[in-house]
Amino acid sequence: MVKILVYPSNSLILSDLVTRFGHEPLTLMRVIRQKIKEVGIDSPPINVTPEDPKKGLKYAAVDVPSGVRGRMALLDPLIEEAEAAIIVHEADYSFGCMGCARTNELVKYIIRNKDIPRLELTYPTCDDEAREFVRKIRDFCESLTRKAEVLA
Amino acid sequence: MTRRIRIAHLSCGSEYSGIQKEIQNAVEAVNAEIVYPEVDTDAIKDAVREWGLEVASPDLQLMIARAKSIVEGGFPVDAVFITTCFRCAEGAITRSELRRYIHERANLPVISYSFTERTTAETLLTRMEALVTTALRRTLLAREKQTGLTAGIDSGSTTTKAVIMRDNEIIGVGWVDTTEVLKSAELAYTTALTMAGVDKSEIQALGTTGYGRLLVGETMKAELVQEELTVNSKGAVYLAEKQKGPATVIDIGGMDNKAISVIDGIPGSFTMGGICAGASGRFLDMTARRLGVDISELGPLASQGDHTRLTMNSYCIVFGTQSLVNALSLGATKEDVASAACYSVAEQVFDQQLQELEIVEPVIMVGGTSLISGLVEAMQDLLGATVIVPRYSQYIGAVGSALLASGFVE
Repeated sequence: MVKILVYPSNSLILSDLVTRFGHEPLTLMRVIRQKIKEVGIDSPPINVTPEDPKKGLKYAAVDVPSGVRGRMALLDPLIEEAEAAIIVHEADYSFGCMGCARTNELVKYIIRNKDIPRLELTYPTCDDEAREFVRKIRDFCESLTRKAEVLA
Repeated sequence: MTRRIRIAHLSCGSEYSGIQKEIQNAVEAVNAEIVYPEVDTDAIKDAVREWGLEVASPDLQLMIARAKSIVEGGFPVDAVFITTCFRCAEGAITRSELRRYIHERANLPVISYSFTERTTAETLLTRMEALVTTALRRTLLAREKQTGLTAGIDSGSTTTKAVIMRDNEIIGVGWVDTTEVLKSAELAYTTALTMAGVDKSEIQALGTTGYGRLLVGETMKAELVQEELTVNSKGAVYLAEKQKGPATVIDIGGMDNKAISVIDGIPGSFTMGGICAGASGRFLDMTARRLGVDISELGPLASQGDHTRLTMNSYCIVFGTQSLVNALSLGATKEDVASAACYSVAEQVFDQQLQELEIVEPVIMVGGTSLISGLVEAMQDLLGATVIVPRYSQYIGAVGSALLASGFVE
């Protein structure tokens, strides 16, 4: 089983596909679940505190907007853990969305510079494209399974 | 019981900066509630296309769709608060255009703010108070004449001012440096009462404003405790006798600056800021001291100088002071340095704040710095408009408070 970072990282569909094809999806929901369960922090709605954008300084300088750095702080554990990545471009809002174009640019850049297997796809706009979209994800996941078996 | 007003929050994701709770606290402190206009995700793209600004960030696109929903009456609210990240270009463009759009099309009070992770509830409170007052107290703000015997105290960051008014006339004033908030307020008030020849017990209503308004208002049992944006707007158009129609009020304060678009004495939109003390009255105070003149002499001195003979960028008070010292060491005259300092402050207010407002004449300058003629001239030069400085302009907050407090006399 390979840990796959999905992007948009709050995409339930991507997360579900990765799980179905036998791998562990790294998603934002997991990080936020941990955050809101954290005892002693009261910073609704997602328990991001002013300390998080400071943690985001690991990826971006202080003159980068705090919203970008706050998002980067949330994504940091996922980027760190990722053994592979699936990035979907121009996704529909309902598919998953990080909200900020600058964060999108930075995350994709960081993933591309990480030495891990990567699949980049454009969001499908019709049934045929959707089938092709799922097939590519399945093929990518199966290639990761084979690689993992060889290494084992 | 006063009804809770509904403030629509349009934001590109302040929750990711860790400041959502601060916004919530500021809103609750003024007895309001934050609401989020609901929009269908399918409608977002259409809304953005129709509105015409091609922004890349989905959260900014959502802001646009929400704004359209408000303007088209799909989601009733009393006021709108627009926030985007500080230092984000597309956020700043969207914020500024949305503010203009909502203000023009929905006739709702709107304020905008660019946040960082350091934004606190205290920073937002004055803005929220103004937003709520504008939405809720339109009748009180419509008051054009002061009646009875009332007093106003403006507890500012640098100075404390007090005014006594009787039947629409100012009969006593007091002005002291702010040291201990309550003692300074007491002293300014006593001075004004003595000048007016009335006893404190005769005062029918008291209004307080400025940074120390809550403490002074509570201790002195004021009838009206009001933030300075609303009060200064009212005081400015009252003193300048421009109560009807649009006006622009500029107040360069000791700690921050306010630029307010006013319609019939009610603030429509405003900016409140001051990135650094270099863009405030504090820098001019320092300049006067460095030049060895009293602050009251700085204006006339600047009027005799030529700011173009030297470069001074007081974007930061430290660098501003550095260029001031450098200029003097290179043989610049006091007049030119005074002129450059005034121009530098005016230019920063012009660049950073006035660009966000529609400047409509009459332009009224108020507050202590409006007495510095060199600063007023620099502002006139930059705006290309005549700037009015009414009599008693330095007492603007106290006058506005006394005027509005008279609404509690009947």
